[in-house]
Amino acid sequence: MSDARPQLARLANGKAVAYDTLPVLAAEDFRDAILGGVAAHQRVSALFGTASPVPGAVRLHVVLADDERNRLFAAATDVTGSEFASLTPACPQVHLFEREIAEQFGLRPVGHPWLKPVRYCRAWTGRDAWNRPADQPILPAVGDFYRVEGEQVHEVAVGPVHAGVIEPGHFRFQCHGEQVFHLEIALGYQHRGVEQALIGGPGARTLHVTETLAGDATVAHATTYSQVTEALAGCRTSPRAQALRAVALELERLANHIGDLGALAGDVGFLPTASFCGRIRGDFLNMTALLCGSRFGRGLVRPGGVGFDVDAGRLAELGRRLDAGLKDATVAIQLLWSTQSVMARFEEVGHLPRQVAADLGIVGPAARASGLERDIRHDQPSGMYCFSHAPVSTCEAGDVFSRAYVRWMEIQYAVAFIRNQLRSLPTGAPQAPIPALAPNHFAVALNEGWRGEVCHVAITDAQGRFSRYKVVDPSFHNWPGLAYALRNQEISDFPICNKSFNLSYCGHDL
Amino acid sequence: MFKAIAARIQQKHRTMKYPDGAPPPLPDRFRGRPVIDTAKCPAGCDACEAACPTGALDAQDRGAIDLGKCLFCTACADACPRQAITHSHNYQLAARSRSDLTVARERPAVEVAGAALDARLKKLLGRSLKLRQVSAGGCNACEADTNVLGTVGWDLGRFGIQFVASPRHADGLLVTGPVSRNMELALRKTYDAVSDPRIVIAVGACAISGGPYAGHAEVAGGAAAIVPVDLFIPGCPPHPLTILDGLLRLIGRIEDPPSG
Repeated sequence: MSDARPQLARLANGKAVAYDTLPVLAAEDFRDAILGGVAAHQRVSALFGTASPVPGAVRLHVVLADDERNRLFAAATDVTGSEFASLTPACPQVHLFEREIAEQFGLRPVGHPWLKPVRYCRAWTGRDAWNRPADQPILPAVGDFYRVEGEQVHEVAVGPVHAGVIEPGHFRFQCHGEQVFHLEIALGYQHRGVEQALIGGPGARTLHVTETLAGDATVAHATTYSQVTEALAGCRTSPRAQALRAVALELERLANHIGDLGALAGDVGFLPTASFCGRIRGDFLNMTALLCGSRFGRGLVRPGGVGFDVDAGRLAELGRRLDAGLKDATVAIQLLWSTQSVMARFEEVGHLPRQVAADLGIVGPAARASGLERDIRHDQPSGMYCFSHAPVSTCEAGDVFSRAYVRWMEIQYAVAFIRNQLRSLPTGAPQAPIPALAPNHFAVALNEGWRGEVCHVAITDAQGRFSRYKVVDPSFHNWPGLAYALRNQEISDFPICNKSFNLSYCGHDL
Repeated sequence: MFKAIAARIQQKHRTMKYPDGAPPPLPDRFRGRPVIDTAKCPAGCDACEAACPTGALDAQDRGAIDLGKCLFCTACADACPRQAITHSHNYQLAARSRSDLTVARERPAVEVAGAALDARLKKLLGRSLKLRQVSAGGCNACEADTNVLGTVGWDLGRFGIQFVASPRHADGLLVTGPVSRNMELALRKTYDAVSDPRIVIAVGACAISGGPYAGHAEVAGGAAAIVPVDLFIPGCPPHPLTILDGLLRLIGRIEDPPSG
C-alpha cells in the first residue's frame, strides 16, 4: 500500500536526507497522503509548520511512521492564506498538531471540531488564529470549556497548582454525582519557548534544553537530539557509546516504571508497595548516577557518543546493584498482584479501548496496554536496539491494571536487556568528533522513551543551523487518552487513571 | 497479610541515620561545587567562560562561579586547556542570599553562617515547617528529587517538614522552574494565600536564575522575580542531599559549617 504512494519521501530513523528530496505536495495530495497512510495503519509522528520559501505561505511537514514495515515517510505542502482544511474529523490523531499549527502560525484548520490554543502563547508569525488583541495578555486556560448542562450536573475544576509535588495543569470534570461524563485538560502553564529557542542552533545551551524537555526522560530526549545531529553531521558513534546509551535509557525506564507502580499503590492506599517502590526507584536513579554522576543522566548522552566511559569495575558494580534492585522490586511489585484490594481497584477502571487508542495515536505503555503492538525499539530500531532486542509487552484490557502490568513486564525485560549489554559491552571510543551539520537537510530520530515515542525532527538552513527543530514528546499524543479513559468513571478514579498514564506537562508544553 | 509482612522483612529498615550519622554516600562521579585552580589559568584565556552555557563564569573575575546559574555540567572543565577546573564532592550549596551563591576566589565555599532563619522564625518553624510546592516551568527533575525526600530512605517527616495540599496549610513555598509567564499569576496567588510569616525556597538553577531558559521571553527568569526568596538551593537538579542540607540548615537542625 505504502509503496503505491511514491509521492512521499522515504526516510529511516536517525538518517538525514537532502531537504529538496522532500516532495512539496498540493494540499489535496498532502491530505490524501496522511489519510491514506493512517488508513494503512501508519501513525502521524509529527505534523508541524515552518516558514516557507514561498512568500506569505506556511509550509507544513508531516512524518508518518509505518511500524509494521519499519519505514518512515515525510512530505510537505505550502499553505497560502490564513486557513487550511482540517484533517481532524477524518483523522483524530492530528487534532492537537492542528491546534499547535493554529497557535504557532495563525493558520485556522477549517472544520476542526475543538479549535483551542495548546499552550496559550503568541503566534510566531504575528497572525493570531483567534484574532486576540495584541495589546492584551493571553491567560492560560482562559476560554471555552466543553460543558454538560442539566440538573445535578456539576463542574469540578482542579489546578494549575496541584496537591502534591508535581507539575501544573488544569483539569475540568463534568460530573453527575460521582460519575465523570467528560474531562477536559488545559495545559500550557509550563511553556518556556523551547522550539523557538532551538532555531539557529545547535549552540552551547541546546543540549541542556533537550535534557530538560522532560527532566524525567533526559536520556530519551538527549539521545534523540544526539541522533538527529549525528545524522545531519554524518557522524558515526561507536557501538560502545550506543550500548551505553541503551543501558541508560533502560535504567531510566526502570526507575520511572518502578516509581509509577509505587505511586499507583499509594493512590489505592496500599502503603507497603508505595513505600518500597519509592525507595527502589532511587536505587535505579543511583545506578544512572554511577554511570555519570547525575541521577537523571545529565551529561551522559551527548552528540557524538557519551560523556562518560565505564571500566570493568564499574560494570561489575552496576551488575550487582541491578540484581539487588530487581530482587527488591520483584518482592514489592508481586505484592500488588496478590493483594485483592489492589486488584479490585486496578481492574476495569480507566478503560481505553484498542480502537480508540489507535484512532488517537496513543504511544508507549498506554498503547501496549490497549493491545497495540507498537514500540520504537522493535518497530523502528536505532543504535543498540538494531542488534539487541527487547520483546514488546502488551496487554489486552486497556485498563489501569493493564497499564500497570505492562510496566512490570517491561521492568523485567529491561533488566534482562541491561544484563545482556553488560556481559558483552562492545569496544570503541566513547565519543566521536562532530563535524559541521549538513546544510539544507532534514532528519528524523525516534526513540522509545519510558512514556513512549520521543520524536525529534530537524531542518537545517544554508549555513547548517537549525531553521526548525520540532519536538514531539509522547505526552503530546497521550493526554487525550487520559481524558478518554476517565469517561463514565468515578471522579475518585482520577488519581489512579492519571498515574497509570503519568504524562509530562513540560514535555507537552515545551 | 503474611505476604506483606514477609515483604517488609525482606525490604529491611532503610531510613538513613543522617544527620545524626554520616550522610548517604554520593556517587564517585558526583559533580558538586566546581573548583577553579586559578594558578593554572593561562593569561588571557577565556575558554571556560566561552563554553559555559549559562554564563556562570566570569573571565574578568577569575575563579568566581555563580552557582545560581551553574548547571553542574562539564562544559567548563572539558574546555579548559590546563585541567584547572574540577568538581568537588561538596554538596552543601544552599544560601540565604542570592549574592552568596557567587563563590569568589578568596572564599572556598558557599557562605552558610547566615543560612538559618532568624530566632523568631526558627521558634515558629524550626520544628514544624509545612511547604506548598509550586512547579513553574520545572522539568520534573527538581520536583522528583524533592519528592524523594518524602520516601522512607530520607523520611523528611522526621524533621517536621512536610509538603501540604493547600497554601492555607503552608508556612511557605518551595518553587521549582524558571517561572513561566503562564505560571506567574498562579505563583503570585499561591504566595498570597499563604499566611504571614511565610518563607520561599527556590530549588534548582531554573528557579534561581532561569537556568537553561534564562533570557527566554516566555519565562520570568526565576522565582525571585515574582516573590521574595529566603533560601536558594543550586543544582540541575540539586541532589536530594543538597536539598535536605539546605532545609536542615534553614531550620537550624544542622549548624556545622560546610567542608571546603
